[in-house]
Amino acid sequence: MTQSATPMLEVRGLHANYLDATGRTVHAVRGISFEVPEGKLFTLLGPSGCGKTTTMRCIAGLERPVAGDVLVRGEAVCATSRGIFVAPNKRNFGMVFQSYAIWPHMNVFENTAFPLRVSRKRLSGQEIETRVMRVLNVVGLEGLVEREATMLSGGQQQRLALARALAMEPRLLLLDEPLSNLDAKLRERMRFEIKRLQRELGLTTIYVTHDQGEALALSHEIAIINEGRIVQIGSPRDIYERPNSRFVADFVGLANFIDASVEAPEAEPGLYRVSSGCGALVVSSAETLRAGEKVVIAVRPEDLELSEAPATGANVITGRVDLKVFLGESVDFQVRVGERQLLARAHPSLRTELGATIHIRMNPHKCTAIRPDA
Amino acid sequence: MSQPILHAERSPTGFDPKWGILGISITVVAFLALVPLSYLIWQSFHTPQSAGASAQLTLANYREAYGGRDTLHLLGNSVVFATGTALFAFTVGTILAWMNERTNTPFKTLFYALSVVPLIIPGILFTIAWIFLGSPKIGLINQLLQGLFNTDHVFFNIYSMWGMIWVDGLHYSPVAFLIMSAAFRSMDPSLEESALMSGASVGQIAWHITFKLSWPAVFATLLILFIRAIESFEVPALLGLPVGIQVFTSAIYQAIHQYPSKIGLASAYASVLLLIAALGIYGQSMISRRGRRYVTVTGKGFRPRVMDLGRWRYLTAAIFIGYFALIVLLPFLVLLWSSFQKFYSVPSMEALQNMSLDTYRFILAYPTFAGAVWNSLLLALGGATIVMLMTSVICWVVVKSKLPGRWLLDQLASLPIVLPGLVLGLAMMVFFLNFSVGVYGTIWILLIAYVTRFMPYGMRYNTTSMLQIHQELEDSAQMSGASWGATFWRIILPLLKPGLLAGWIFVVIVSMRELSSSILLYSPGNEVLSIVVWELWEAGQFVELSALGVMFIVALLLLVMLAQLLGRTFGVKEI
Repeated sequence: MTQSATPMLEVRGLHANYLDATGRTVHAVRGISFEVPEGKLFTLLGPSGCGKTTTMRCIAGLERPVAGDVLVRGEAVCATSRGIFVAPNKRNFGMVFQSYAIWPHMNVFENTAFPLRVSRKRLSGQEIETRVMRVLNVVGLEGLVEREATMLSGGQQQRLALARALAMEPRLLLLDEPLSNLDAKLRERMRFEIKRLQRELGLTTIYVTHDQGEALALSHEIAIINEGRIVQIGSPRDIYERPNSRFVADFVGLANFIDASVEAPEAEPGLYRVSSGCGALVVSSAETLRAGEKVVIAVRPEDLELSEAPATGANVITGRVDLKVFLGESVDFQVRVGERQLLARAHPSLRTELGATIHIRMNPHKCTAIRPDA
Repeated sequence: MSQPILHAERSPTGFDPKWGILGISITVVAFLALVPLSYLIWQSFHTPQSAGASAQLTLANYREAYGGRDTLHLLGNSVVFATGTALFAFTVGTILAWMNERTNTPFKTLFYALSVVPLIIPGILFTIAWIFLGSPKIGLINQLLQGLFNTDHVFFNIYSMWGMIWVDGLHYSPVAFLIMSAAFRSMDPSLEESALMSGASVGQIAWHITFKLSWPAVFATLLILFIRAIESFEVPALLGLPVGIQVFTSAIYQAIHQYPSKIGLASAYASVLLLIAALGIYGQSMISRRGRRYVTVTGKGFRPRVMDLGRWRYLTAAIFIGYFALIVLLPFLVLLWSSFQKFYSVPSMEALQNMSLDTYRFILAYPTFAGAVWNSLLLALGGATIVMLMTSVICWVVVKSKLPGRWLLDQLASLPIVLPGLVLGLAMMVFFLNFSVGVYGTIWILLIAYVTRFMPYGMRYNTTSMLQIHQELEDSAQMSGASWGATFWRIILPLLKPGLLAGWIFVVIVSMRELSSSILLYSPGNEVLSIVVWELWEAGQFVELSALGVMFIVALLLLVMLAQLLGRTFGVKEI
């Protein structure tokens, strides 16, 4: 009963430095806090150098934070103020590294069995074999038990790294950009496999990536990190549909940004009328906006509904087709509206000629007003 | 679901057994590195201590050593000799290593197996064999050419600076070959392939990618060769001294072998050697500090790639054959020939009639022979094992840990490289005479001297391999729950194995050949084999010496073959 109240992992006020190649101290993590409920997949998403990997290495215990606490089920594995630091080999967290870190002097079986062989619980050879075969079955490597690690393909190495992390029956699974070394097709497939595995096993997982597609596809919750701080935490849908800053809107997916100033609230709560370079618009905002305030409107390309026939309703503007890019499942239109270029994604059945006039309709709930300083 | 218990430890009070292992290793290294060295420096500023008079502070040693004009000459000779030897050995060794690891030269597996053969020939035997070959008077090469052209002209004079560089450079070329082979082998071939795809030629790839990526190994190798040449004793003693070409080691040897011996003077000479070597080591540590750039082995597996030389591969094969003739066949055959004679003579029909096995009977019955064999084996195997295991721990601290002051440890463990064997022997001798702990006059003093002397080579081999182990391979073992000890034993050591094994074999062989330290530390009853050879040369018993030499070389060959067999059976696949 109390378990649901206590999060599986809690990170509080984490600060961490690392020494870069020239020996300078870089303040990589600047006060990161978050909670992960049991059984959820939590993603740390951000551009390279934002501090997401350092955060994960602090959770793993491979780096010592200068300040902050890491708690597992309410129990501290790291609490700088109280001088608590549990060594990484005593935390029982499984981890998959970016390079996979498959030991080249061991075969598939031995790589997987390693965590069990070094475990403080003495396991019999029979028990080890059973558990190794079980996880190899889970990741689909049961046919390659005796294969040398150096003779594995990238995807197989990835599965092996996952199997090794699962073999120890960890309390927490840490995945450090596990798909970044794979080709696109394989990445897509492994993305589904990791999601299926995580959901089936119900293993609390921390996932580090710079790939927003991965983050959206896999996560229960995403933390967007920039310059050592969390910018926004939310479900994939929240992050995508309600970015709280220009950085988030820009980093996750594509967005059109339109400068605007607030005129007045609409009758429906959360909606505001604004004036912009594209004319008068009705937009939504999670925060209360004052009249006269400068805002930026973010609209996703797929939320620009295009039609050749004049449309009616709120937020209808007219432009001219500048460029078309055929992508197979969709067509990207660049539409000129006054001085401004807007990107719209439409169904391929729309075949408007270049230079022709086109009408755009935007659902007010899909137009998010963001304060520029946020 | 059962929950594993959390072992929270408070870092200030928590004790980790790794600190025990690290502490012992660091203490031993610090003692071995600092005690003889401090003693040497102290000695250079003092008059010799004797039963009657205690040591007095003095600068006379330095005045005597560096007052005269000869000093410049001595310095010049030493630098020319060491640089020439290092460059010659490096060039030969690297070309052979590249041909062997990265081209499709025929029979190259055979060449690799043969490559350690020259390494095992002790320096004193190699030098003596080349005297038999290249001496102006009795040298076989001159005699043959003179007979052929019917002249008195001396074609090849081994008693010269070029002769010394030739003999010492040839002798050390296998060292370069072994280290560079390991470096070439552990390199990700996609780095070369991407150069190939960029349109680079074989030569451009070899120079711009392969060679430049091996830079830490290149620098380490050149440094080892230079230091080994500048502290090399047999070649300057046997080839330089008779014609008055003096280098530091032979000057030190002469200072000690005067009566009364001038220990202080020898120490003053050694202090300049120390300075030269210290500069080299400083440069090397600057390079390895930036070692992360050179991480070329990742957790991703790869297969080595070879280049197709086309018809040129017959030329490379011919180069291998010529090299082995110079370095193994000729020296061995000349020793073999003279070992069957009663008196040393040039091959002829008459001499062929006089062949006998008397010399072998003489050696087997020689009073100190059996003891010397036992002592040499014990010292070589024991010393090499201690050196490689100890330095692997030290290397981990230096390369992988974030321990403050780890650079100091690197310097300490590499410090004995500045001590020429003679001076190390001298320092050990005087130290253990003054601090009587029952070591002097036993085989233990030799073991301590060997471990000290070869510790830097263990460091070099282990550092080169350690730099190439990706950090995540170790991190993932920790995340799997392995303690530091388990990680070290099950991950680091096996990954180090190619370097560890190569280093171990190298230390075994150099220990078997060791002469310059042993010559001051042995006492009756604990002679080693190279001492017996030296005694026979001093006594002018050339043919008996040849017989001992032949047996010595054959035994070492068998030993190495055994080691290689063990390595192949229990070693790891190349990474």
